[in-house]
Amino acid sequence: MSLTLHIAVQHEDFDPAFEAVRLTEGRPGVGALVQFTGFCRDEGGRLSALELEHYPGMAEAELQRIAEDAVGRFSLIGLSVIHRYGKIMPGERIVLVSATAPHRQAAFDGANYVMDFLKTAAPFWKKEHNADGSHGAWVAAKDEDDSARDKWVRE
Amino acid sequence: MSVKLVYFAWVREKIGKGEEEIDLPAEVTTVGELLAYLKTLGEEYDEALKFPEAIRVALNQEHAHYSEKIAGVREIGIFPPMTGG
Repeated sequence: MSLTLHIAVQHEDFDPAFEAVRLTEGRPGVGALVQFTGFCRDEGGRLSALELEHYPGMAEAELQRIAEDAVGRFSLIGLSVIHRYGKIMPGERIVLVSATAPHRQAAFDGANYVMDFLKTAAPFWKKEHNADGSHGAWVAAKDEDDSARDKWVRE
Repeated sequence: MSVKLVYFAWVREKIGKGEEEIDLPAEVTTVGELLAYLKTLGEEYDEALKFPEAIRVALNQEHAHYSEKIAGVREIGIFPPMTGG
């Protein structure tokens, strides 16, 4: 059974249900599907939008590298990673990771691994748009994202 | 050596452009030396690259350490730590 690997960097929204079908239809070896969806928050009403900038070409290449690592490490049957760019409003989806495996632990771990590396290594940057119209700031990288990534190295 | 530099996020904003083609002096051979050289090009470069711990570099669209050689590289990306997801 061949591996299903899907990587996309796009402005348009995506459909988690469609990705679930892509990874499971005609795949009787799949015993588990885990999906993670990341959304744009309004931070308690403070934000009107996030602007997602990306490095065209490298964003796709880096997601592909992360995805291939995850497939190998957790023996995934399928993996789909979709990341949006451009202006995204609170409540809208930003990122979707879908992972399939024979059993649940590999699917959970695979999706988790992809998100931890995506946060720290995929070339995307968020700029805030403030609801009150004031000048928005670039989101700062978080130390806990580095720690989350590093746990995979220690194991 | 002529190379294409591409900038993103606040590095792009501070330098004031998204990309440029520049000629590098022969003594600039590593990522670290490139960043040091760029800082001499003007106040905006110095300001953008002031904190090396906040600057990430990619050679031909792959993450690179400051000690890596840049000989033969076509495109160098310079940007802050990533905040996607």
